[in-house]
Amino acid sequence: MTHLGSAPLPPLADNDHVRGAPDATLVIEYADFECHFCAVAHARLTPVAVRRVFRHFPVRSKHPRAWACACAAEAAARQGRFWELHDSLYADQGRLEDPHLWQRAGDLGLDLDRFQADRRSDEVAARVRRDFEAGIRAGVATTPTLFIDNQAYAGIPDQALIQRLATSD
Amino acid sequence: MSPIAPGTAAPEFRLITEKGKEFTQDDLRGHTTVLVFYPFAFSPVCTDQLNVYNEVLDEFEAAGARLFGVSCDASWSQKAFRDHLGVAIPQLSDFEPKGATCRAFGVYHPAGFPQRALVITDPDGVVQWSFQADSPGDLPGANLIFDGLAAAQSRV
Repeated sequence: MTHLGSAPLPPLADNDHVRGAPDATLVIEYADFECHFCAVAHARLTPVAVRRVFRHFPVRSKHPRAWACACAAEAAARQGRFWELHDSLYADQGRLEDPHLWQRAGDLGLDLDRFQADRRSDEVAARVRRDFEAGIRAGVATTPTLFIDNQAYAGIPDQALIQRLATSD
Repeated sequence: MSPIAPGTAAPEFRLITEKGKEFTQDDLRGHTTVLVFYPFAFSPVCTDQLNVYNEVLDEFEAAGARLFGVSCDASWSQKAFRDHLGVAIPQLSDFEPKGATCRAFGVYHPAGFPQRALVITDPDGVVQWSFQADSPGDLPGANLIFDGLAAAQSRV
């Protein structure tokens, strides 16, 4: 009944979206694609040599397109292009409607019929929901929230944190 | 001042619904109720807080609980806030006499607004769990409410 009660942050899993050198500092990020603060966090983290994990935390009342974008990114992941769509969405948050998603998927060379079917599938919805619920249980209450060494950092990472990540081994 | 302790009957209080009706301790009976005290309508942290709780309203309902937002804002401001957020969580106003209900629940900030606090009452109107954030800027995650509901169930 209270399956959304507190639980530890799930560790890095095989089906997480991860990029960066395996020996770099691990940054687990709960974010959504319509969140402007998340776009700033992405911009600040991009030049830093960390190992990034992206987990979905779409809050629909605040960001009506966040859920659709999360499912689109998962559909792209099923064709091996999660990070490409991730970067595309954050590069231009002014165009997140369905025709824009089709355009982006086409630009990435995705199989569009498969992309369409996947992004509306129960499996993709469950995958997004899995991330969201794990975030709720770990205490995520705003986006972006970063976890570094199991310490949560809510909001845009400030320059001090970016600097610390940039100089960590 | 600390938030009302579990095991205490809810005090006498009077809040005003968005429709202008009274909501008192008698309205707690027959339901498990979560009162979400928040500092101000339209302030940034409150915005995130109600948005996230709204995302898991079905789960709160499945857990047998109903949520209300409580602040010292006027009902019109609360309704505008709720419409602006696009959330379904009903609002209760502690506008006049300002903060009287917050004081009764031990969650009135000395600077004149509700602490960021959560109170769960059982169907008999008895407080079963309460929480106050260390700072009004801290945002309690929805997980804490689910923890509170589980703790409340284990007490009865």
